[in-house]
Amino acid sequence: MGWFRRSRKKQTQPVEQVDLWTICPSCKAHIYKEEWAKALMVCAKCGFHDKLTCHERVACTVDEKSFRELDRDIKPRDHLKFSDAKSRYADKAKETTEELGINEAILTGRATLNGIPIVLGVMDFRFIGGSLSSGVGDKIYLASDYALRHKRPLILFSASGGARMQEGIVSLMQMAKTCAGISRLNKAGIPYISVLTNPTFGGVSASYAMVGDLNIAEPGALIGFAGRRVIEQTIKQTLPPDFQTAEYLLAHGFVDRIVPRSEMKDLLAKVLCYGRRGKPPCKP
Amino acid sequence: MNLDFEQSITEIEQQIADLQKKAEADGSNVKSDLSSLQKKLEAQIKKVYSELTPWQTVQVARHPERPIMRDYIKGMFSEFIDLHGDRCFGDDQALVGGFATIGSHRCVLIGMDKGRTVEEKIKANFGMSNPDGYRKALRLMKLAEKYQIPVVSLVDTPAAYPGREAEERGQAEAIARNLTEMAGLKVPIVVTVTGEGGSGGALGIAVGDSVLMLSHSIYSVIPPEGCAAILWRDAEKAPEAAEALKVTAPSLLQMGIIDEIIQEPVGGAHRDPAATFTATRSAIVKRLSKLKKLSEHKLLAQRREKYARIGKYDRRRHSTH
Ligand SMILES: [Zn+2]
Repeated sequence: MGWFRRSRKKQTQPVEQVDLWTICPSCKAHIYKEEWAKALMVCAKCGFHDKLTCHERVACTVDEKSFRELDRDIKPRDHLKFSDAKSRYADKAKETTEELGINEAILTGRATLNGIPIVLGVMDFRFIGGSLSSGVGDKIYLASDYALRHKRPLILFSASGGARMQEGIVSLMQMAKTCAGISRLNKAGIPYISVLTNPTFGGVSASYAMVGDLNIAEPGALIGFAGRRVIEQTIKQTLPPDFQTAEYLLAHGFVDRIVPRSEMKDLLAKVLCYGRRGKPPCKP
Repeated sequence: MNLDFEQSITEIEQQIADLQKKAEADGSNVKSDLSSLQKKLEAQIKKVYSELTPWQTVQVARHPERPIMRDYIKGMFSEFIDLHGDRCFGDDQALVGGFATIGSHRCVLIGMDKGRTVEEKIKANFGMSNPDGYRKALRLMKLAEKYQIPVVSLVDTPAAYPGREAEERGQAEAIARNLTEMAGLKVPIVVTVTGEGGSGGALGIAVGDSVLMLSHSIYSVIPPEGCAAILWRDAEKAPEAAEALKVTAPSLLQMGIIDEIIQEPVGGAHRDPAATFTATRSAIVKRLSKLKKLSEHKLLAQRREKYARIGKYDRRRHSTH
């Protein structure tokens, strides 16, 4: 599951920054940093959607100042006392937490979206590849629980290389745990929208990210179960360039829509109005 | 076939064979020598298997002679009516399922089959399911729900198949759907990991009320080789990764991931399949009898709580530092 993380790093260069300019990682166009930020890190030339931090995502998804974080205190726990050749997981987790100023690879909270009360979860790929840990699993389960108790729709934005290897089997079990949370929403008729962003793989795509009432993807996002390199090594074939892109998944029937970042908020508000189950219509 | 760490066992077996050959050739009486060697052999097997490292356990779990799905079907069930197809695409040969009777319990049985001969292995894709396998399993589990009979799941897979068509037909969705549906399935589910519990590919049929593990089976978030390749940058470091990942049954029981360890015969399931089937059948039957007494509400609440508890953040324990 974690195979994906390393291989992606080689493919996508980080955004290079030259003074006031940003270079698009996809088409290499030089774009004013200010414009780049205003366009929500979407390239005006080629439409490339760059990764967002969880805070940037929250800012462009929900109503201003409406976000109230839930379960902020949940942080990584070293269930296995795991260390590899280079480092101890406990140290790595602590360093990452301090460097990024977030406690886990997901931010959860309640908010309003065009006035509609929702529960939101936003993954952050910077935090150990957005990997699914017990902390992430717990936050998602608790978010689904909050959604259930307060009858609010749940929206999860995924960005992850898969399970967090360093938490071993406890990490794997978070797939079952998060899906158990979603299962309760399904039975209670509470809407759950999954938004898949670049990249969503392994234990995350094979759990909550793929079982939304709607699966919505950002343009060009890479989404799959196994990583491209692992598949190529297994089948000893080269895969087509568009393999595992959002567009490829749309063609194969696994996402409902591809929605550009600038249109995401309004689209989410519109579709949420269909999941009211007889309650008066909302007014987005 | 002996494994590399079984050298000391192989040596005694060789001595026994030599002695028997000698007796055949010159008619000498070797009875007492033979019986003392037999005792020595048993003691040595017991010793080696009581000191297995995690990596050696991985090797035992993957032993080519270890019982596989088709053996368990013959060895534990008085009836098996195999059923086929996912009603969408095809009939995945890696995932076997159907109606089965174990003890006095009629159930739906699902599990991965690795195949024994080369042809069987290829046909069964070495126990690696495509999405069609997970969807077949789900179809049968839904049938169990309709007929109000429990589900018995036997897990033995290296992984879900990482192939092009698997991705195109939604490997991730198929597994995710199973996890979601199994969380709310209204009949008891008893899972037994018999060999390799390979990551999401295993979990796709392994959400249950009771999760049992054979004593030399493994269950892991990633194959040790894969983990070693990523975190150690060297697949040869798989033994270290196996140790770090805590993939063995005792570790998993200690962490509260599984409910029970089924003790294998001395020297592993492959040395005495019949005893393995007896122990496994009795453990499964006991679990089924208990679970069948629960109300639907209690069953589902208990299953949900079981998973909600795994890796739960405990504010009293964790927030102080
Ligand atoms: Zn561009």
